[in-house]
Amino acid sequence: MVRNTLVLAAAVLTGAALATPAAAQGEQFIPILSYRTGAYAVNGVPYANGVADYYNLVNERDGGINGVKLLVEECETGYATDKGVECYERLKGKGPTGAAFINPLSTGITFALTEKTTTDKIPIITMGYGRADSKNGAVFMWNFPLLGTYWSAADIAIQHVAKELGGADKLKGKKISLLYHDSPYGKEPIPALQALAQKHGFEFTPIPVTHPGVEQKSQWLSIRQNKPDYVLVWGWGVMNGTAVKEAAAVAYPRDKMIGVWWSGAEPDVTPAGDQAVGYKALMLQHGAGKFKVHEEIQKHVHAKGKGLGKDDFGQVLYNRGVVNAMLGVEAIRKAQEKFGKKPLTGEQVRWGLENLNLTEARIKELGFEGVLKPVKISCTDHEGARDGRVQQWDGKAWKVISGWYTANQATTEPLVKDISAKYAAEKKITPRDCSKES
Amino acid sequence: MVLLGQFLEVLVGGLLAGVLYSLVALGFVLIFKASGVFNFAQGAMVLLAGLALVRSLDFLVARGFPLWSSIILALCFAGVIMAITAWLIERFVLGPLVNQDGLTLFMSTIGATFILEGASQMIFGSDVYPLRLFPTDAWFLFEGLFPGGILVNKLDVWGGFIAGILVAGLAVFFQRTKTGRALRAVADDHAAAQSVGIPISWIWFVVWLVAGLVALVAATVWGTKLGVQFSITFLALKALPVLIIGGFTSVPGAIVGGLIVGAGEKIAEVFLGPHIGGGIEYWFAYVLALAVLLVRPQGLFGERIIERI
Amino acid sequence: MLYREAGQFKTTYAADMAIFPIRQDRVALALLLAFAFVGVPLLSTYHIWPLGSDYLLRAILLPFLILALAAIGVNILVGYCGQISLGSGAFMAIGAYSAYKFGTGVHLPIAWLGTEISIAPLPVLASILLGGLMAAIVGILFGIPSLRIKGLYLAVATLAAQFFFDWVFLRVKWFTNYAPSGSVNAPDLNFFGVTFHTPIERYLLCLIFVTVFAFMAKNLVRGNLGRQWMAIRDMDIAAELMGIRPLYAKLTAFAVSSFIVGIAGALWAFVYLGSWEPLAFSIDRSLQLLFMVIIGGLGSILGSFLGAGFILILPIMLNLIPTELGVPLSTETITHLEFIIFGSIICYLLIKEPHGFARLWSIGKEKLRLWPFPY
Repeated sequence: MVRNTLVLAAAVLTGAALATPAAAQGEQFIPILSYRTGAYAVNGVPYANGVADYYNLVNERDGGINGVKLLVEECETGYATDKGVECYERLKGKGPTGAAFINPLSTGITFALTEKTTTDKIPIITMGYGRADSKNGAVFMWNFPLLGTYWSAADIAIQHVAKELGGADKLKGKKISLLYHDSPYGKEPIPALQALAQKHGFEFTPIPVTHPGVEQKSQWLSIRQNKPDYVLVWGWGVMNGTAVKEAAAVAYPRDKMIGVWWSGAEPDVTPAGDQAVGYKALMLQHGAGKFKVHEEIQKHVHAKGKGLGKDDFGQVLYNRGVVNAMLGVEAIRKAQEKFGKKPLTGEQVRWGLENLNLTEARIKELGFEGVLKPVKISCTDHEGARDGRVQQWDGKAWKVISGWYTANQATTEPLVKDISAKYAAEKKITPRDCSKES
Repeated sequence: MVLLGQFLEVLVGGLLAGVLYSLVALGFVLIFKASGVFNFAQGAMVLLAGLALVRSLDFLVARGFPLWSSIILALCFAGVIMAITAWLIERFVLGPLVNQDGLTLFMSTIGATFILEGASQMIFGSDVYPLRLFPTDAWFLFEGLFPGGILVNKLDVWGGFIAGILVAGLAVFFQRTKTGRALRAVADDHAAAQSVGIPISWIWFVVWLVAGLVALVAATVWGTKLGVQFSITFLALKALPVLIIGGFTSVPGAIVGGLIVGAGEKIAEVFLGPHIGGGIEYWFAYVLALAVLLVRPQGLFGERIIERI
Repeated sequence: MLYREAGQFKTTYAADMAIFPIRQDRVALALLLAFAFVGVPLLSTYHIWPLGSDYLLRAILLPFLILALAAIGVNILVGYCGQISLGSGAFMAIGAYSAYKFGTGVHLPIAWLGTEISIAPLPVLASILLGGLMAAIVGILFGIPSLRIKGLYLAVATLAAQFFFDWVFLRVKWFTNYAPSGSVNAPDLNFFGVTFHTPIERYLLCLIFVTVFAFMAKNLVRGNLGRQWMAIRDMDIAAELMGIRPLYAKLTAFAVSSFIVGIAGALWAFVYLGSWEPLAFSIDRSLQLLFMVIIGGLGSILGSFLGAGFILILPIMLNLIPTELGVPLSTETITHLEFIIFGSIICYLLIKEPHGFARLWSIGKEKLRLWPFPY
């Protein structure tokens, strides 16, 4: 036994020795925090595949960004905060210049990393999630909740409801419930929805679902009695599919349910089969489908046998991964304009992110036409764009059923100011003067 | 009248939901009864059984087998997988741990949980796999009496029905068959049972096999309800309060415990929840269990704990 | 040959009752402490392997120290007093959130008395200690059922605490100072005017806490109270007949254990995470702590450290090795393999040595005494 322990100890020590970062010259290091196992793997896998495939595309097709190859390493977080922190610590210093940016794909990990990335000078990209108040770049210098925060999502959802009802004035006296994952992620939209309820005069009821959300009978029996006009779903993983099924069981009309963009992918509706027909969800700009960039991925990555996404190729979450990776790559490209065509530090990439300006023409050039609208990020606005559409599940595929909505900042902006100011006071951060940033 | 209707609906829904927890709890009881092992791996076994079932079923259906024969073949395949698992666990984990104290055995089953979770997902995949063996829509009863009627989910009724058959089957197995009697003898006293010639490791294999088959049955119902995916393992945590209310050693206790927990937590969530913020059913079940234990420390139907010096 | 106590005579009662009676043990401990307090910071300051980057410090040593402290707390309850608890995560959470409240100022209006409790923000050290105290009080409360419920039934009953507090900290906004998302940020780590920023400062801070509490625990368990706990563990009825009051013994075990676990929780939140949500103290944490205690060795302070190190580092190693060796496996497969191997090693260890690393250690010591001669 002692010998066995010694062998084990030796193995552990060898592991420690190997753990020292191997330096590679001339490559830009990008960490991927993913979860391919655990309760949320169902949603984590397609996303991670999309991210990895796009980085691969950049390497295979273009030989990197302006000749600087991307060095990518994936680390499994299992959606657990402490594992996420460990992954971040493990990966942040790799490559010649350290991590270009970090993408936690979990609101919990985002919260835990927000302070650490500030001291380490690594930008943190939270596309379509993360803390809603981090839109304010003056306070949250390193956070980039690109393309939309949960407060924008809440506003878009209410706009769509108003449109279906036939005007914002029809919202008055209506009942809207929020079925949410009982975690920081699910709670994020509540202040915005409360503000909107006050503004429009609808009755707002938040209904929590305990992690992981396998049991929702009592929530849906309450909904059946309360008969809200709409139910917004803020779920993740198994909670989404269960919500759709339970709604069907209590005969709540699925087309009165609107999921956030994390509750509107294929794994969320397929388990419910026909019962999911009619279920609606927001789109974080993009939806499912194959576009020009997919052809490129097919040609340059999959044809060489390096592709990861197979069944999920072109699905909602896969595409989100691709979009997410593209924005990161474009930020590095932008930063290279200023700092030169070499591996960049996180601090330099942050500049690139803050000055990222994707025009329609550039989006077309990248093969993302029809996926994205133009994005322009600035010091005051780390979100860049707050557009969304609504899609509906027809039993086989997601169909876009609405035009573009742009989140109205009138209601959420005071909240952003208020809560980010609170954070700044708590953390003794002096907000930057954005007019002086170039 | 509306309130009464809602109360009845929640009560019925809760009772039936509780029976679904009992399906998982039964596996715990069987193993604890026969070998004194508190088997934390039961949730992982449900996952393994579900994955084996749904993956082989999809495979067979895709090959053009008729649905009924595919279901039977897939059930057999999953049964074989559970038998292999039972043998492996008995042979490599619990066999060598005979006579260790309860805590060590409990921890070893958590170790087994890790192995089962990793292996089952590595072999069968970690996606969500829909399973449709039972209807999942609902009946609306007494619509004349209550506005909107009383909703009863068909799947829950199926679950209750299956649980009834399972308990009856287990009762016959324990009371009437030779192996069942041997099982009870082993449960009473390992050493005495061994001394009258009962092959103890065989008996433990049988117990784990039966628990595996119970997990398979639970997987058919829960897989239909949720889709077969990793989150099914969390059911173990929902089954624990059921288990301690009923008592670790009683099969009927698992059913009664399920009824109490299901009805209690749903009523609490629907009628008490909105006043204190909601999401209370998780802990409510445990607090209920704690309250029962304070009155009866061995659960409602557990064997009386007699301590001697 | 080296490890032999021959020639060390104990001439006073004090020497006989010393906490480490053997000289070699004292020397080894002193060397270890010297390395931890001086060596590690030096290596880290001059960036010498293996502390070239602060990965080892921030991602391994820091959580190791905090979880070892928590494991000591759990060991007091489970290992010394024999009361199985699956609610340690909740007590960590209580420590963390209470410390947070004391650190940011308590303001509790009591409407029905028309008055309110107001406490100005306290210094961090005071709030961490008060966090532990609150955990101890709640621990006593949830320890009361242990007078009636025993064994695995108690284990499941302690889950009531786990799930109840998970819910409380999610739902009761007062605890999170009305943060909209329910996620809170730790206040600055300001001790007597010095703010702790760098990893090495944080490491030293935790090290001080761990050293102090480890010594206190080690002293406690060999004294009167510890012996009462062990008597209760070995057979509570017999202990009662001998005149040990189960009420006192069990509740003190719950209190001391929860106090230490609560402190560890506050450190975990303040020093390691910096910003957290209740999920950081979920049932997984409770099970992880129980694992540490059992793999390390029930009823051993040293075992708590060994167990914490093993359970924390093994999965990271299993995850790292394939990547570092360049084995072409997907992250998914690696993680599944990690699960399988981790589970297998746990089972293997439990089978080979159910009493944990601490037992291996003492066997090793016995052998060392004789070495190199067989008898």
